[in-house]
Amino acid sequence: MAGDMHRSKSSTPPKPGERGARRPAGGGGGFRRRRVCKFKSEKIDYIDYKDVRLLMQFVPERGKIQPRRLSGTSAKWQRKLQVALKRARELALIPYATD
Amino acid sequence: MSATKQYELVYIAAPEATEQQLAELHELVVGIAAKFNGTIDRTEAWGRRRLAYTIGRHKEGIYVLEVISGGGDLVKELDRRLKVSDLVIRHLVVRVDEDLQIAARAKEARQATSARRRVARGLPAEPTPEERMRASAALADDRDEAEAY
Repeated sequence: MAGDMHRSKSSTPPKPGERGARRPAGGGGGFRRRRVCKFKSEKIDYIDYKDVRLLMQFVPERGKIQPRRLSGTSAKWQRKLQVALKRARELALIPYATD
Repeated sequence: MSATKQYELVYIAAPEATEQQLAELHELVVGIAAKFNGTIDRTEAWGRRRLAYTIGRHKEGIYVLEVISGGGDLVKELDRRLKVSDLVIRHLVVRVDEDLQIAARAKEARQATSARRRVARGLPAEPTPEERMRASAALADDRDEAEAY
């Protein structure tokens, strides 16, 4: 789908204003979620494993790492985020799992 | 010769540790660093914190961060000594110099691009304070909307 590629270097340039547009998550009963990478849009260059406030935004109730399908994080930053989250877990800053 | 690298050491001391014991722990780290020709760049005591899960029987811990420059053998020794210490319930050493460098380069590149584009548009290279305020306000606005979902 062309709509899914609006941030990659595709031949069809994104229309102005499309970045950050809300699109249906697909089949979720009209539940919409924004699809922008937090680290790109807020120009965060380094994910600190000590920054609990930042990391907790990517840890839902259950304690699992939020998939990028839901958070909109780009692949590059999801990889870095994953490392930071796991380091924070080791230091008991964020939980491994909560029941 | 091992090259100098920068590491971050975070250790969690047992909550019942006394001031003196904590000072001794810090001395231990300083001593090891000195022995291997390393330096302590920064020390941050985060103080008492709730653990996200229990470690052993502990629910709380006293966190200390030390930023250390040195070689790999220094870290090996640190790791060994902290592992045998009963007072330290958890520790983690992470190499940071490379990642911080990458981050600094990315920031520099972004600022250079922005400056070049701004000049091309006939604007001053640096955003004015007023523009910065507007940009951060827009970000905050965005966040509010995101939380509503």
